[in-house]
Amino acid sequence: MTAGGLTPPAGSVSDAPVLQMIGVTKTFGGVQALRDVDFDLAPGEIHGLVGENGAGKSTMMKIIAGVYHGFEGEMRVDGRPVHLRSPADALAAGIGMVHQELSIVPDLTVAENVFLGVQPIMAGGVVDWGRMKREARTQLASLGLDIDPSTRIGSLPVGLQQLIELSRVLFSGAKIIILDEPTSALSPPEVARLFDALRRLRAQGRTIVFISHFLDDVVDISDRVTVFRNGSKVITERTSALTKDSIIAHMIGRGAADMHMGESTELSGDDSRAVVLSATGLSDGQMIRDISIKLRRGEITGVYGFMGCGQVELARALFGKGKLTSGDIKLDGETVSFRSTATARRAGIGYVPENRRMMLFRTEPMYKNVSIAILDKIDRFFLRPSRERAITEGHIKDLQIRPPLPNIALGNLSGGNQQKVALAKWLTEIPKVLILSEPTRGMDVGAKEDVIRIVRSLRDRGVAVLVLSTEPETILTLADRVTVLKRGVVAREFSSGHIDKADLLAAA
Amino acid sequence: MTVTTETAKPFSLGRFMAEQMRNIAPVFTLIVLVIFFSTQAESFRTFDNLMNILSQASITGIIAVGLTFVILTAEIDLSVAAIANAVGILVAYFTIQPDYVNIANVPVQGWIAIILTLAACFTLGLVTAFGVTGIGIPSFIMTLAMMQIANGISAMLVRGQIAYNFPDLITTLGSGTVFGVKWTIVICLLLMLVAHLVLTYTRFGRYVYMVGGNREAAEFSGVNVKMIIASVMIICAMCSGIAGMLGVAYFGSAQQNQFDTFLLDAIAAVVVGGTSLFGGRGGIGNTIIGLLVLGVLNNGLDHIQIDSFLKILIRGLILLAALVINVYAQKLRETARE
Repeated sequence: MTAGGLTPPAGSVSDAPVLQMIGVTKTFGGVQALRDVDFDLAPGEIHGLVGENGAGKSTMMKIIAGVYHGFEGEMRVDGRPVHLRSPADALAAGIGMVHQELSIVPDLTVAENVFLGVQPIMAGGVVDWGRMKREARTQLASLGLDIDPSTRIGSLPVGLQQLIELSRVLFSGAKIIILDEPTSALSPPEVARLFDALRRLRAQGRTIVFISHFLDDVVDISDRVTVFRNGSKVITERTSALTKDSIIAHMIGRGAADMHMGESTELSGDDSRAVVLSATGLSDGQMIRDISIKLRRGEITGVYGFMGCGQVELARALFGKGKLTSGDIKLDGETVSFRSTATARRAGIGYVPENRRMMLFRTEPMYKNVSIAILDKIDRFFLRPSRERAITEGHIKDLQIRPPLPNIALGNLSGGNQQKVALAKWLTEIPKVLILSEPTRGMDVGAKEDVIRIVRSLRDRGVAVLVLSTEPETILTLADRVTVLKRGVVAREFSSGHIDKADLLAAA
Repeated sequence: MTVTTETAKPFSLGRFMAEQMRNIAPVFTLIVLVIFFSTQAESFRTFDNLMNILSQASITGIIAVGLTFVILTAEIDLSVAAIANAVGILVAYFTIQPDYVNIANVPVQGWIAIILTLAACFTLGLVTAFGVTGIGIPSFIMTLAMMQIANGISAMLVRGQIAYNFPDLITTLGSGTVFGVKWTIVICLLLMLVAHLVLTYTRFGRYVYMVGGNREAAEFSGVNVKMIIASVMIICAMCSGIAGMLGVAYFGSAQQNQFDTFLLDAIAAVVVGGTSLFGGRGGIGNTIIGLLVLGVLNNGLDHIQIDSFLKILIRGLILLAALVINVYAQKLRETARE
């Protein structure tokens, strides 16, 4: 490992940027993810980076961290142009990134994780455990952590794991550290501890980029904030000159005259409609705490929240997957307890998970994908492939699935059509409750509209629909009432009146 | 962003071959082996020898039927041979033995012996099923433990002795013939037929394939995945038990370790036949071809001039080749789908 040049003079007060990105454009298969963006970082600052999903902030950071190479524009570190070809290059240039998905090895000790891949070695290739533990302890102490380096890392809470990963990046010599959504899985005291560590690093003259959806956190910790929208930089401003609301306004481009579909909606929650499913005080001891929600007949309930807010766990819990430590679910007024997803299905609940791979059999023909959830309704014991195909053909016609071939292996269909098949699974025997996670994510416009139409028609036929999404547009397009989740708890509920994206972002 | 391809891909021979590789390769191997041995040894290409091959393969075949269910769900059962052995010994334990056999056994009526033995076998399957689905022990480890347990039961019951007597029905079915065909062949074929019908035409069979194809998707489609896996583990134990009972009569004696080679043979038969180790692909048809490939190979090598020690090595190499094809076929299929 090389030292990567001289260490910057301690307490440098010069405003010469430590990193400059000039005129950066990045294209993925004809789609511009970044358009002519300038971006810079000052030494010893915490720089907040915000924007909606797909606004370009992650792309920019991955370029800086050497994950993506090959872009138009120039990158300078300490005023010198650099060309990074890999994350290792970036680290050698003093840039390290802590990703949202941690790359720790849970079964190794804290010390081993800090030194992952660079263990100190004594003569004869033997690992120098003593030195490793000593140095790990010093490293962690510099972040204000007092952890026994021989603890198994998997036994520590996520917040500490994250700080240990951060210390690994620090240890490898990074002076610019990019943190991607570091607070999304943390409890408030853990957030406070992280911020404490970040302030220490700032005092040491290191530069920190703080990417986050949690605007309160951004306002709290950062010195400057940059807002991205649609692949362009909207503004870079001192945090003291911004408020949460003004940041939201920059993010969603308020003031632009035309409002698109899904920017706002009139909610039409009607409390007189019959409650089909009512969940009270659901907790799983990890991701969700005391969530209560009511799903009503003929209504679409939207659940909005950032990644990791507990949506996935809530949906799974209602479908009989995942263990609840407390809480109670009533279906049509009767308390139910689903031992398996099969029990939930038979009770009249349907579920389409957020990832198509989780619900489809790519190598099996379309008709088997459609019929899997209703085989027992077709016949108790035997298969009726001709019935299955007939049912599938009906769905192909109703949902306009292309190509219209019930025998085609599902993997040959486009993403949007696969999503329709996943929905079709629950359309033959209309369920009482239909839970849809990210029903329109990653779909082209036409398929998206088809799916929206299908979901609305199900609602109109009396199904209690639950739509969970991290995309405000999806929620605003579909929902009749909205529950916002934040770090595993219900943060806010909207049942009527006008709401727009800013309301959702502000609540989450 | 998803790239949309709205049309079905046109038919192509290359893709068809790639997708069917797991079915074509074993049949091709079988044909080559049959032609090879037929030209090399006259004694190979006789009707008697054909019956001989089938008879040798029939006990393995019964075990392989149960194993096919397990492997289709992407699990494994390493306890099949040990359970067969224990069950074979148990049925002898319930039968009056000649005076010179020094086993403290508990003789009962023949049909009671059979029912008790089948119940014991079901219980062993239930324990495996509970370990895998209830506790969550990987089937590889759970059945390894069950293998030891079943071997222990065998050892406890016979204590190094050999038992020779079995219920009459078992003796007939294990060593007798019907219209000149060994009963074991008939029973093996019957079980294969039933298994094939179950896998192809019943809801349970579809679930077995779907659980093997994508366990998560099956679960999110409201399939009781644990129930399906528990069922196949029990089915497999029952098949092993039937094979064990008929096997001891086929051999004419029941003793420790006499089924040891059946574990590898049964797994080899299923895998050589082309049933995917990753689950969801294959079936009884594949298992039949796999059994014939191994049967022809074992038998054929006896008919030609070859070092008998080399036989073992050759079988190992054939198994390796089959594994390579099995894994390779999976990859080919996936790339053909892209």
